[in-house]
Amino acid sequence: MKELNELHLPDDIRYTDDHEWAKKSGDTVKIGISDYAQDQLGDIVYVELPQVGASFDQKQQCGTIESVKAVSEMYMPLGGEVIAVNPELEGAPELLNKDPYGKGWMFEVKPAKVAEYDQLMDKKAYLEMLKGLK
Amino acid sequence: MKQSLGNTGLVLQERLLWEKGRKGRSGFSFPKQDVPSAVLSSEWTGPGPDFPDLSEVEVVRHYTRLSTWNFSVDNGMYPLGSCTMKYNPKINEKEAGLSGFQNAHPLLPSRLNQGALQLIYELEQFLTAITGLDAVSVQPTAGAHGELAGMLLMYAYHKSLGSRRTKIIVPDTAHGTNPASAALCGYRPVPVKSNEQGILSVESIAQAMDEETAGIMVTNPNTLGLFEENLKQISEIVHAKGGLVYGDGANMNAIMGIVDTGKIGVDIMHLNLHKTFATPHGGGGPGSGPVCVRKQLEPFLPVPRVIKKDGQYVLSEDFPQSIGKLHAFYGNFGVMIKAYSYIRSMGAAGLKKASQLAVLNANYVKERLKDVFHLPYDRPCMHECVFTDKVQQANKIATLDMAKRLMDYGFHPPTIYFPLVVSGAIMIEPTETECKEDLDHFIEALRAISKEAEENPDLLRQAPFSCKVKRLDETAAARQPCLAG
Repeated sequence: MKELNELHLPDDIRYTDDHEWAKKSGDTVKIGISDYAQDQLGDIVYVELPQVGASFDQKQQCGTIESVKAVSEMYMPLGGEVIAVNPELEGAPELLNKDPYGKGWMFEVKPAKVAEYDQLMDKKAYLEMLKGLK
Repeated sequence: MKQSLGNTGLVLQERLLWEKGRKGRSGFSFPKQDVPSAVLSSEWTGPGPDFPDLSEVEVVRHYTRLSTWNFSVDNGMYPLGSCTMKYNPKINEKEAGLSGFQNAHPLLPSRLNQGALQLIYELEQFLTAITGLDAVSVQPTAGAHGELAGMLLMYAYHKSLGSRRTKIIVPDTAHGTNPASAALCGYRPVPVKSNEQGILSVESIAQAMDEETAGIMVTNPNTLGLFEENLKQISEIVHAKGGLVYGDGANMNAIMGIVDTGKIGVDIMHLNLHKTFATPHGGGGPGSGPVCVRKQLEPFLPVPRVIKKDGQYVLSEDFPQSIGKLHAFYGNFGVMIKAYSYIRSMGAAGLKKASQLAVLNANYVKERLKDVFHLPYDRPCMHECVFTDKVQQANKIATLDMAKRLMDYGFHPPTIYFPLVVSGAIMIEPTETECKEDLDHFIEALRAISKEAEENPDLLRQAPFSCKVKRLDETAAARQPCLAG
């Protein structure tokens, strides 16, 4: 598995302690899993995404990710309504491993409270948290 | 290290049954037709199933060959954490094979089935004594089925009080099925993190518990193999807010005759007869997940229930508040016979001793391996211990590689990558039925593997070498499953 200095952690996105990322563009926020998450999970074989139109609170479970190691829960980094999901993932769950910040995005949310986004960790804070885990 | 158990030998290949046989071949002679032919209505007829035509010897060799590819508790140590793969004494099979039980029809009237009903009744009595709870239904047929029964009971209880609660607290060290069982019953599972000691803190539950919450599902000992020391106080908090405490008893093997679950506040609990009570599982037989409850929940138990009336055992449906029927007939009766036989042959003192030895064995393995494998929670464990691959990660060796290599040494791998709260988890449950020599052998094998991880890591990445099939492509198998021959 990757060492901390081998991880790809973009600067322009926010991170959660469940190892998800969120990226705001305009009124909406795209959600995915971090490089650390995909590396820890190993080969991902199935993704169960939330339904478009469903609303969740922050931290609420909204889907599952199944890898060869385990089934893990997907949590909402911030509360809001799901307005789109990545249709590619059903047929190609490996996109989460190959391109977690690009083609492997999971779903898009219209946030209920924008403040929740601003409170998420930036790269520096996330990296600090990962150091604590290692 | 002594000579490795793992060896290579002649392993016979075997084809699918559909690739064997020849049209018209048969394993038996049909009796001569002694009734007149009649034409069947077309709605009852059709092409029929695609069964291969085989002789008896072809069928016997097929399954015998397949059985030699298998690994079971009858061949060797099977330290699969949280699965309690203890040895299953053969006397239990003998009892279950008694013709009175084996040939009994489930629709026999009660008066002709007194022995079977008495066995169910007494087994339920034994389980109340073992758990410290008041009433039991042996109807659920698996651990998760018992959990679902428990959730339905919780729902029925709150409904009877005119309250409708929506959430269930599930700690991150609970069994993986717990949140699923809660969700299946319509509850929203609320995850709660364990503390730095690997157990639940009183404060976190005090914070999570409210009047919208139906209760908490606690696995005790938890999936880190640790005893939930704060459970009594946690139960008091949950009860004070009107909730119930569900105890996942899948790890009961650590605490039989030692912990009175009723006294520490558990209201509902399921047991796994196929783990704790030595009945075969994991492909070796169906399960049984009896649900045990406190007095106030008894009216809601599934029906039919075996009761004693005028000195006779009868099946009663007369429980108007019951959650209803959960399985055809009365559950997996064959499993009940084996568990009954186990409990009777062990006795109270024997069951307590089994738990003590299960805990001793796990602690022995933990102490003898903690200098070579990272132990995330270095404190006395119960029936299982959890290591990680942190030390071996320096050589880019993962838990999976070591688990695969262990097969070459002749052991079933432990549970890996569970519990999820531990990264790269290696979860070892030796059970009480392994003797010290076998434990030592297992420990030596794992120590040898940790050495290989340093000296020859590539060997581990390619393991296993001695098994019939070598390293499998698990990713391809999951992404493009081939489910038919």
